[in-house]
Amino acid sequence: MTISREDIEKVAVLARIRLDEEQIPALENDLGNILSLVDQLSAADTDNVEPLAHPLDAVQRLRADEVTETNQREAFQAIAPATEDGLYLVPRVIE
Amino acid sequence: MQWDIVIGLEIHAQLATQTKIFSGSSTAFGAEPNTQASAVDLAMPGTLPVPNEQAFRYAVMFGLAVNAEIGRRSVFDRKNYFYPDLPKGYQTTQLDHPIVGPGFVDVDLADGRSKRVRIHHAHLEEDAGKSLHEDFDGMTGIDLNRAGTPLIEIVTEPDMNSAEEAVAFAKKLHSLVSSLGICDGDMSQGSLRFDVNISLKPKGSEELGTRTETKNLNSFRFMEQAIAHEVERQMDILEDGGRIVQETRLYNGERDESRSMRSKEEANDYRYFPCPDLLPVVIDEAFIESARDLLPELPDERKGRFKAQYGLNDYDARLLSDDARMAAFFEETASHGKDAKLAANWVLGEFSARLNAEDKTVTQAPITGTQLGQLVARIADNTVSSSGAKKVFEALWNRDGDNADAIIEAQGLKQVSDTGALEQMVDEVLAGMPDQVAQYQQEIDPKKQKKMLGGFMGPLMKASKGQGNPKLFTEILLKKLSD
Repeated sequence: MTISREDIEKVAVLARIRLDEEQIPALENDLGNILSLVDQLSAADTDNVEPLAHPLDAVQRLRADEVTETNQREAFQAIAPATEDGLYLVPRVIE
Repeated sequence: MQWDIVIGLEIHAQLATQTKIFSGSSTAFGAEPNTQASAVDLAMPGTLPVPNEQAFRYAVMFGLAVNAEIGRRSVFDRKNYFYPDLPKGYQTTQLDHPIVGPGFVDVDLADGRSKRVRIHHAHLEEDAGKSLHEDFDGMTGIDLNRAGTPLIEIVTEPDMNSAEEAVAFAKKLHSLVSSLGICDGDMSQGSLRFDVNISLKPKGSEELGTRTETKNLNSFRFMEQAIAHEVERQMDILEDGGRIVQETRLYNGERDESRSMRSKEEANDYRYFPCPDLLPVVIDEAFIESARDLLPELPDERKGRFKAQYGLNDYDARLLSDDARMAAFFEETASHGKDAKLAANWVLGEFSARLNAEDKTVTQAPITGTQLGQLVARIADNTVSSSGAKKVFEALWNRDGDNADAIIEAQGLKQVSDTGALEQMVDEVLAGMPDQVAQYQQEIDPKKQKKMLGGFMGPLMKASKGQGNPKLFTEILLKKLSD
């Protein structure tokens, strides 16, 4: 399994990570290795295996229905690339 | 060619919890954008979800109300898709182990038939945020207050065969979740959203046709129109020898048209997998029993009680019992109204007609059940005639007075029921109409006689300035004319 230079550039843009040109060949190699490692899992026969919901043999704790969060909009929006009228702005999406 | 229509529904109901399904953020409606979006709702790194117990309690209550099995061990999965109003990049939902298993709902239809609609399952999941596409110079604005609001998605089997059946089921479900108090049922605000799966097959055929899904139906009227529209669209295609494409369609109620949103070919691969952030949720017997104790009277039980307690017929009992708020209004009216059937007639007649005409809900009505009940009591004891009562109702509705007795007094609507006074009026009127009296007495056809009797009522009502009790007038007239 290999990953192309274009894939890496695209993922970097989506993840909002800035990459320098010379970092890319090393990443191609490292990410390719990771994908190959994961590929080995495909060889296992899982036809009759019930999917494991969680590796821990424990059950979920539930929370009482009480408001515990306060308004932290200012702090969150301080690290957002664009906001207006309290909204987060993103590149236009139209269905 | 004749076709069978096959309809299944998917319903998203926002649960009426105080907080979100996985965080302690408030779900109160109408807050400033993003003031109810916490680090968990924004998918900040390092946060972990903790499920809301009340969301599970509400889901279990729903399951019990639709005669379903409760999932003793339910598991959350991630449904991956990429859209800016879903900050995590996946929706946390339940796929293979939902909280509510198979159940059913019985629906009364207008023609008196009862239809059983099977529930395939119902699962818990989170709502997404809202995207605002206007006013931001080529950008889209995102409000994440709604992100993480608990939803129960209810999936039916394809058991409905007409728009009427689908709408009757939808109304029953609306009545059920609002009676349970687990959802506010406000469709215009998106609290309850219906998606309709429709397919056609040749009449009598066993094999199901290809279905389409129509989304965005925020009223029962639009739902009915959208089904009619889609059935016709599919029928046209099939009868021209065409093929239905499995796709999701958006219906525009204002224009009565629909368009394709996405077809199966371009459908997302959601890459479902169990959510590693959440452990399986185990529901024990004690939790189920405590939820059962919280179940209020449900519409079916209420209908039975209305028939037994108030002597209502099946039809009136159903109309009054479906909606919990309407039912409460009726009971308040009946408790003051002395005559339950008369109270039912006024609630379903004048009162409902005014609500519809002004597009109001019961809780928005300008009059209370007590006020209407006091008026009904005055009709029952013959203080006002039914035409006088309509004037009183009008005054109550317009808040020109706050109780029936005061309005009857102020507008002089009290009926004259003093038989002595009425007899005198009858004598005077008959004395002035000798020809008509003679004609009446010569007539042998009782139907014609009855019609002629009406001829005397006009002058009598005029003589009594509209205040004579018409029932007593009729009795006196009949007696005098047969003498």
